[in-house]
Amino acid sequence: MNWKYICHQDELENEIGTAALVNGQQIALFRIDEAEHIKIFALSNWDPFGKANVLSRGIVGDLNGQPVIASPLYKQHFNLENGHCLEDENCILPTWQTKIENGDVFVAVN
Amino acid sequence: MTTNQNKPRIVVVGNGMVGHHFIEQLIQSGANQAFDVQVFGEEKYIAYDRVHLSEYFTGKNAEDLSLTTSEFYKDNNIDFHANTKVVAIDTPANSIRLDDCTQVDYDKLILATGSYPFVPPIPGHKRDNTFVYRTFDDLDAMRECAKDCKTGTVVGGGLLGLEAANALKNLGLETQVVEFAPRLMPVQLDETGGAMLKDMIEGIGVDVYTATATNEIVDGEAAFHRMNFADGSHLETDLILFSAGIRPQDELARSSGLSLGERGGIEINNVCQTSVDNIYAIGECALWNGKIFGLVAPGYTMAKVAADHVIGNNSLAFEGADMSTKLKLLGCDVGSIGDAHQATQGAKSFVYQDELSNAYRKIVVSEDGSKLLGAVLVGDNSYYDTLLQYYLNGIDLPKEPQGLILPASDGAPAALGVDALPDTASICSCHNVTKADINAAVADGATGVADVKGITKAATGCGGCAALLKKVVDNELLALGIEVSTDICEHFAYTRQDLFNLIKVEGIKTFAELLDKHGKGKGCDICKPAVGSILASVWNDYVLGKEHVALQDTNDRYLANMQKDGTYSVVPRIPGGEITPDGLIAIGDVAKRYNLYTKITGGQRIDLFGATLPQLPKIWSELIDAGFETGQAYGKSVRTVKSCVGSTWCRYGVNDSVGMAIYIENRYKGLRGPHKIKFAVSGCTRECAEAQSKDIGVIATENGWNLYVCGNGGMKPRHADLFATDLTDEELIRYIDRVLMLYVKTADRLQRTATWMDNLEGGLDYLKDVIIEDSLDLGAELEAQMQHIVDTFQCEWTTTLKDEKALKKFRQFVNADEEDNNVVFVEERGQIRPATESEKYELIAKAV
Ligand code: SRM
Ligand SMILES: Cc1cc2nc3c(=O)[nH]c(=O)nc-3n(C[C@H](O)[C@H](O)[C@H](O)COP(=O)(O)OP(=O)(O)OC[C@H]3O[C@@H](n4cnc5c(N)ncnc54)[C@H](O)[C@@H]3O)c2cc1C
Ligand code: SF4
Ligand code: FES
Repeated sequence: MNWKYICHQDELENEIGTAALVNGQQIALFRIDEAEHIKIFALSNWDPFGKANVLSRGIVGDLNGQPVIASPLYKQHFNLENGHCLEDENCILPTWQTKIENGDVFVAVN
Repeated sequence: MTTNQNKPRIVVVGNGMVGHHFIEQLIQSGANQAFDVQVFGEEKYIAYDRVHLSEYFTGKNAEDLSLTTSEFYKDNNIDFHANTKVVAIDTPANSIRLDDCTQVDYDKLILATGSYPFVPPIPGHKRDNTFVYRTFDDLDAMRECAKDCKTGTVVGGGLLGLEAANALKNLGLETQVVEFAPRLMPVQLDETGGAMLKDMIEGIGVDVYTATATNEIVDGEAAFHRMNFADGSHLETDLILFSAGIRPQDELARSSGLSLGERGGIEINNVCQTSVDNIYAIGECALWNGKIFGLVAPGYTMAKVAADHVIGNNSLAFEGADMSTKLKLLGCDVGSIGDAHQATQGAKSFVYQDELSNAYRKIVVSEDGSKLLGAVLVGDNSYYDTLLQYYLNGIDLPKEPQGLILPASDGAPAALGVDALPDTASICSCHNVTKADINAAVADGATGVADVKGITKAATGCGGCAALLKKVVDNELLALGIEVSTDICEHFAYTRQDLFNLIKVEGIKTFAELLDKHGKGKGCDICKPAVGSILASVWNDYVLGKEHVALQDTNDRYLANMQKDGTYSVVPRIPGGEITPDGLIAIGDVAKRYNLYTKITGGQRIDLFGATLPQLPKIWSELIDAGFETGQAYGKSVRTVKSCVGSTWCRYGVNDSVGMAIYIENRYKGLRGPHKIKFAVSGCTRECAEAQSKDIGVIATENGWNLYVCGNGGMKPRHADLFATDLTDEELIRYIDRVLMLYVKTADRLQRTATWMDNLEGGLDYLKDVIIEDSLDLGAELEAQMQHIVDTFQCEWTTTLKDEKALKKFRQFVNADEEDNNVVFVEERGQIRPATESEKYELIAKAV
């Protein structure tokens, strides 16, 4: 696995999305602070319904216990863990693994 | 081709709407696993929604209109071959031949080949610039050609012809319709209805020629074609579209000896079998009982029946279908039910005709007046649902059936209570869902329309039954004593009003604190912005402050309105619509420098479109330097105060409406509420500012101001109610303070003042009591709360530009300086606009 450095964790804010560009691919990063540790989710920034690179600008939340991002355009929800769209089972967004090392955020690319 | 020798094979020819529905039935029943399913479609697209084909011209693309995806087929073991025509059937050998000469064996063969547009064999019908209207390819070709055309003519004034005429009009062509029959929509309408529709269509600028036969099409002088008519007259036009009816696509069946009807169509029995047992035909290519069904709903029923038979259940039969239709054609409502032409022996009719507002309604009833046999509606389809239920369910008509088509005194047509519908009543004809099906879904735990849609598929076809579906669902929920939940979402078991009170009374300042004390989970895109808005209404803190920023919708988070391509619009405040020449120049300068699209809005200000995230702070700092403030076009907040020029200039004006509008806008700007809030001030009763359509409307009188409240434009317009007359400036402001604050405190999420008023117990009189008589002793408190908002106003953009941390959010990427390469503009009328998807492909192709 090839880990690509993105930014320091302080550049990301709790429950707010941020876009990053990795090998020409737009990735939406979401930071969620849990009691013990920080989670970083990475999924495609492309909204397949609105057809624009905007998912990083949606609202983060949870529905039935799943962490989700709501598209800012037409409000579809995507599971942050696996990219599944809650409104359309045929639609699954690409997701990436992430890790934090000494406060630095990395995304796995191949 | 992947084949599976062990499983029996189903071959489906045609992947249109009905062919696809058949596949869906197989998948739903699980039969896709037991069979090897092979699908061949001549078009290059996977099944798409032909019913909404015209939306291809109004912003949707092929993908949006797709009914499925190739992944879905693949995941369900369906082998789909696009771009593949089936050219022959060898019935004794049980095999078909493809256009590349491959043979494919079948155990069961399903023909779902649909129909093709009939083009009358007029000399010249094959000239360039002539089209039909059935597939994406047809529309692509037509759109390309229309670019160089000024006029377009549709041959055929039936349902599809008129829809096609609308498409030509949308493409910017001057449009005509030529119909051979003496009236429009001869199948669905009677003479008066057809004439009324013609009037209405001509009223919007589409010329209609009825009883007109075209003899030949030749070169034109002023335009590309000239159509010579039988009566000696002629018409010149650049583009011709034939829509003179459809013919069943039965070529395959014909050449392989299946039995056909006299005028075409593949004959089928009650389980959709053709004259050869293991070959079925469904959809528009099939002929049942001498009838072709040119609508999608009967095709869907056939698909269900055929699938059921193919997999060996044999539990369903096709028993014909209702051909009633309701449509909006070129903006005109048209409806037709059952025996519209009064062909039934002894039938009687009632007619209502209103030439002033263009409405025509006819009902055809049985000889004894007890049953509805048919109906024709032109101009107003709100009568349709009720009539259709009487017709489909054979419900006994009331004593005076004419009441069903007479305008009710309050304007709303007499509705048939859903209680009166029998359980067998068909609610959604596209998916064949009855009232009993819906009630069963509710009994199984569905708690709202969304659930019922998911379970029964009702209202997911043409959508025409959505309103009725909601009524049936709500009625059933009520009957079962199930409370329709008013909780804002799964995170808070409270209404917006409850949350407002908790926040105010307990002095809660942040979402985290509220969630901790009264909620669960992490929140969502419903409760976060709602609570963000309440916090702003109560405390008026900076919305991008650390504690609040994650609550905001994208528009609030970036203090700009997101557009379809992910860019933003910029709207500086222009109070009352008054602006100096220098102000105009400053805006123009900024727009030019950043190459933004500019437009005057419906709210009397100027909108600049096409700004990228990183540009927003730069643009705003220039606007603020030029003396502008944020217009908060992005917030659920006070928007604009429209004004007319008033007594300063206007010869009729009785007071300074511009001055008052500017005062009001400056007072309330920054106020956030459950929804947006709009005002207007007119200088006299001529009402040029349209104040009576606003949340707060003010009209000058000889003796002061009249105040109107709770008006609405938009989706459901509502005239504002006259609240108080001849007010002084001070009284006016006091009442507005109180009304607005009461609204902000008590309305539901996303409820405008109009709906708030309509749901207010006691209505206008109660509101007057509370505001004018101060019956609840709330006046002083409401005023104080408003004063707090007024005193704490800040221009959010000014604050943001001073905040290094907040500015960081406007970077496109956290790790790169690049721009979003999906944002592409082209020029139109001298300004930029977002490129369409096909334009983007072209531009990319060129660049490579
Ligand atoms: C720009 C403008 C159209 C224009 O080019 O003229 C406009 C544009 C939008 N309107 Fe509007 N409305 C605009 C005047 C109006 C008016 C006319 C007016 O204000 O006099 C109305 C009817 C009056 C009314 O609101 O009662 C209007 C009724 C709506 C509605 C329906 C509201 C309703 O209660 O039914 C929506 C949808 C909503 O808010 O949920 C809407 C929503 C929108 C949104 C926000 C749609 C969206 O979410 O993207 C559009 C985004 C604007 C942008 O990006 O800047 N817009 N919109 C007008 C901006 C006025 C301004 O200066 O701020
Ligand atoms: C503009 C427009 C508006 C409409 N509006 C409405 C409406 O409001 N309400 C309504 O109920 N109906 C409407 N209709 C009609 C509706 O679209 C049809 O009833 C429906 O599409 C019929 O489905 P089908 O599968 O039988 O045929 P189709 O959808 O036509 O599909 C047949 C498919 O089979 C393919 N095919 C044919 N021959 C072969 C072959 N030999 N080999 C391989 N493939 C083949 C064709 O290419 C086609 O893709 C409208 C139609 C149009 C064109
Ligand atoms: S009416 Fe308003 S919401 Fe609709 S397209 Fe026009 S601007 Fe957008
Ligand atoms: S009637 Fe078409 S979706 Fe229900």
